[in-house]
Amino acid sequence: MKTIDIFKMRSPYRGDFVIKGYLFGGQQKTIAVVGSMRGDEVQQLYVASQVVKNLQILEEEGRLSNDVGILVIPTANPFSLNVMKRFWTMDNTDINRMFPGYSEGETTQRIADAVFEAVRNYTWGIQLASYYMNGNFVPHVRIMQTGYEDAASAEAFGLPYILLYKPRPFDTTVLNYNWQVFGTQAYSIYSGSTDSINHDMAKQTWQAILRFMAKLGAIHPNLGPAYQPITFDESRLHTILSEHAGLLFLRRHVGETIRHGDLLASILDPLTGQTRQDVFSPSDGVIFFAHTKPLTYGHTRLFQIFEQP
Amino acid sequence: MPVLEHLQIRKFVVGSAEARPRICIVTGIHGDELEGQYVCYKIAHKLRTHQSKINGRVEIYPAINPLGVDSVCRGIPTFDLDMNRIFPGATDGHVVERIAHDVVEDLKDADLVIDIHSSNIFLYEMPQARISESTVEYLLPYAEMLNLNFIWIHQAATVLESTIAHSLNSIGTPTVVVEMGIGMRITPEYGNQLVDGIFNLLRNFGVWSGKQPENITTPIVSNKGSVSMINAGASGIVVSYAEHGTWVKANQRLCEIVNPLNGKVMQEVCSPIDGLIFTMRGYPVVYEGSLIARIYSPN
Repeated sequence: MKTIDIFKMRSPYRGDFVIKGYLFGGQQKTIAVVGSMRGDEVQQLYVASQVVKNLQILEEEGRLSNDVGILVIPTANPFSLNVMKRFWTMDNTDINRMFPGYSEGETTQRIADAVFEAVRNYTWGIQLASYYMNGNFVPHVRIMQTGYEDAASAEAFGLPYILLYKPRPFDTTVLNYNWQVFGTQAYSIYSGSTDSINHDMAKQTWQAILRFMAKLGAIHPNLGPAYQPITFDESRLHTILSEHAGLLFLRRHVGETIRHGDLLASILDPLTGQTRQDVFSPSDGVIFFAHTKPLTYGHTRLFQIFEQP
Repeated sequence: MPVLEHLQIRKFVVGSAEARPRICIVTGIHGDELEGQYVCYKIAHKLRTHQSKINGRVEIYPAINPLGVDSVCRGIPTFDLDMNRIFPGATDGHVVERIAHDVVEDLKDADLVIDIHSSNIFLYEMPQARISESTVEYLLPYAEMLNLNFIWIHQAATVLESTIAHSLNSIGTPTVVVEMGIGMRITPEYGNQLVDGIFNLLRNFGVWSGKQPENITTPIVSNKGSVSMINAGASGIVVSYAEHGTWVKANQRLCEIVNPLNGKVMQEVCSPIDGLIFTMRGYPVVYEGSLIARIYSPN
């Protein structure tokens, strides 16, 4: 393993801002993994750190190929992690909305530029992502439909779901989109949690990343069995919006299999405790996404159900 | 909302519901931008007290993001994205996306929309309009009526396709973006300047038959020259020696970036060109890369 500095910058009041990368295997630019870019992405940080740890073990055991090169960047934003603030501490901008970056631009554009210079030209790129809305997903691979994607290659992760989605204008500045535009097969991995660590889902995720590397012949780990994934687009997800605002009492959780008519949640009057709305499943399926905060607005996404035929 | 509150986006309407032309003034998308609040007050006050001089309809929306304005928050509390990056909105996501969708639906048949912004807490802006190259032909005449000092014609960028202005312009509702002042402050001089400009525009539309504002400024338009961005090359504290809205010479000192711990000057920042500073750093703390100034050169 070789440790490198991806980016370094003096701060006005804190220590130096440093982004570290960890290189394994050969000189080739084969697989790049980017962990957290936001200060609340601790699950993403944890998963990336376990990838590093496992690659180190495999390297020591001689089970890492020199025919592929791997780069892991556990975090591109240690400053925000250290103050537990999601976005850039000075100006609240989002590093993951500054790609491909600009070396002469504003601070987070420069950070994005340094990260992109390190990870571009890799054949495969894996980003540990979080969502712009509150809630958690079932661990899955998400691929933007840019015209450059190869959805079948995502089966190598062995996660149960591969979701294809159309990027919106505000997605054109994220790492994943720019990776694809510049020739990298890019995957966003949702690991089931963001600002807290879910060990089971984290393990499922880092094992998926190692499984992907193994399929490419990069490593020779011993891993558990994989899923045969289902590939689908957003039309297969049934969105349930809240009709009322209030206290959200979840009765079923992300990843659970449900039947038509199952009670999924109740929205309660926060002053009287009375039920304002019971939320029932419109179909058989799996809870793919669930709102997790204890208060909900009206007209807001509570669940997405992956409908099983 | 969950507890004893109903979120409303409110507008003040002067003129009858079906009257034409319909001119809309929108502000408060970013909760830390307050210059538009003063403009809304001045316009609403004048229209209320001179209703007989109105032929058409004027609608004033002071707070498209009332939660942000109320909580001194640029964005929307509990929501990740900049509100001016989610238009035209959606009906199946977060309630904020639904708000964006409904605001566009409400504005879409206006004859003109003016979207007032005031920079952010870091930068001073002189009163200006910002127009994408793709819309300059039909928006420039309106922007020139608004008594502004500068019009920045900029390249189109995909990420700007999610702004309220782009969303409305793309469906045929002319929308001009105005920037002025600085976040979290009100600059009455700028506000009064824009109010005169808006009444000048209302006269041109035939909506206002009151007194014609005097001395309407002819703005500098950037497509006749070039714009330079100056970013900090060091981290530290900015000590300014130039102000926005002033002309500078090449190599003239704009500011120093200094270290308060050891008393050193980390960087002397000078203008690379002769030109007009239309944006200038206001917030003193900078990292490498922080924007210091934007300068327009007519050459």
